[in-house]
Amino acid sequence: MSRDVYKETILDHYRHPRNYGDLPDANAQAKEENVLCGDVIEMQLKLSGERIDAVSFRGEGCAISVASASMLTEFSKGKTVSEIMKLGKEDVIRLLGADPGPARIECALLGLEVLKEAIGMRQGTKVP
Amino acid sequence: MPAAHKKTITFNVNKIRADFPILKRRIGGRPLVYLDSAATSQKPRQVIDAIRRYYTEYNANVHRGLHRLSEQATVAFEQSRDKFAQFIGAKTSKEIVFVRNTTEALNLVVFSWGRANLRAGDHVLLTEMEHHSNIVPWQMLAKEKGIKLDYARIDDDGILNWDSFNELIKEKPKAVSLAHVSNALGTINPVKQMAREAHEVGAIVVVDAAQSVPHMPVDVADLECDFMAVSGHKMLAPTGIGVLYGRYDLLDHMEPVMGGGEMIREVHLQSARWNDLPWKFEAGTPNIEGAIGLGVAVDYLSRLGMENVRRHEMDVTKYALDRLADVKGLALYGTRDIDKRGAAISFNLGDIHAHDLATVLDTQGIAIRSGHHCAQPLMERLKVPATARASFYIYNTKKEVDILVRALESARKMFKI
Repeated sequence: MSRDVYKETILDHYRHPRNYGDLPDANAQAKEENVLCGDVIEMQLKLSGERIDAVSFRGEGCAISVASASMLTEFSKGKTVSEIMKLGKEDVIRLLGADPGPARIECALLGLEVLKEAIGMRQGTKVP
Repeated sequence: MPAAHKKTITFNVNKIRADFPILKRRIGGRPLVYLDSAATSQKPRQVIDAIRRYYTEYNANVHRGLHRLSEQATVAFEQSRDKFAQFIGAKTSKEIVFVRNTTEALNLVVFSWGRANLRAGDHVLLTEMEHHSNIVPWQMLAKEKGIKLDYARIDDDGILNWDSFNELIKEKPKAVSLAHVSNALGTINPVKQMAREAHEVGAIVVVDAAQSVPHMPVDVADLECDFMAVSGHKMLAPTGIGVLYGRYDLLDHMEPVMGGGEMIREVHLQSARWNDLPWKFEAGTPNIEGAIGLGVAVDYLSRLGMENVRRHEMDVTKYALDRLADVKGLALYGTRDIDKRGAAISFNLGDIHAHDLATVLDTQGIAIRSGHHCAQPLMERLKVPATARASFYIYNTKKEVDILVRALESARKMFKI
């Protein structure tokens, strides 16, 4: 089961993370740390009302957390806020194409946690 | 040196392995390669059988019942204490307090001895390579009392910086508390020399021996330490049993941290008198099966001879250091000098996160530890977020080192290092 976690697609996202860096016109962002691995993931979003126009991330950590964050940025572009807020553990496993197992699932979920937090903070404030 | 350490027999790893039922396990179709004994050791059938025998033949509470079962349980429980006292060269079994683990032993020193003897402004000297269990309790007391914690520096190879230690000894610390062997780097600290210097300025010496007593001959009189903390589960015994060794005169003047049954001589409505040593510190029904298991573990190690255990581990560790040094992109932490290190090796492979490495090795049946090893200040000192750690014990072989090295080579290819 866990062996699949290090398949080609995941290692590729780890070695060549997509949408990496700053988003100049971001209007939402969040940052979280996974204490187990010391992973840090930060995400920046450009939201137009309900729609996610652009996402970027930066950070460092294990292959699972970086690949999962990278895949999430690709996935969430063009999606609506409510679509993202509905995502859970099973969706992240589907996105990764592998179940990292109970010891490492927190690594996989870090990106989604940060993404939801960024959206939540944006929505908590008054958007003109 | 206690007699227990002197006996020699031929060290037959295959015969030892046959005593450990878990080593027959297969993980995903591959034989288990257990390289995480610094976290906890595996248990021989002798220990497992002794626990089963206690529950099937003489389970009873200790020091209470006048019936046969209680008598037998009490004898077995106290015999384990005697065996342990002999094993580490304590003068009397009264100097052996049963606790849960090293952490509890260190907390007992801090919150009994420390709370009574330290005042605001007093210094306590630790080192940069301490486990959290020898940092956090002192920090808690520092908050309460306003004592100051100093940390002797280590050099890049993980060896204690003697100049730094000497400099901080001038602060005249009231206590010097240090690991005998670092759990993360394997470094063996020159405890005897450090204890001498500490005693010259009037400090007491507390030794975290979690990573030394299971692996090498250790004698409290020879080391000249005042307190020593040990975990049973790292030396073939069950989890939940450990020992605080304390010099009799020190323990005798200390107040218990926990009150309750077992630790009292008499109780009135408004007052109570404490029991004798060591029971004064053992409130409540103790871990009887754990203590009995620890006694059998001590028998097992004594039969092997701790000199032989140390020699075997040095042999495997040296081989592992040589083989690992040949793995391209592998960074080894700690000294390469085998006389100055124990059987735990920390490393990183290229930029692979230690947790990724541990997960990949797990798919090959290899169990290693990864992370900060409960020594975050040390990780900060080494400037790494985490390391992978392979640690060896009496049942590990060079063949297992080869399996580890092959798995690391394949991880290197997988991650394109």
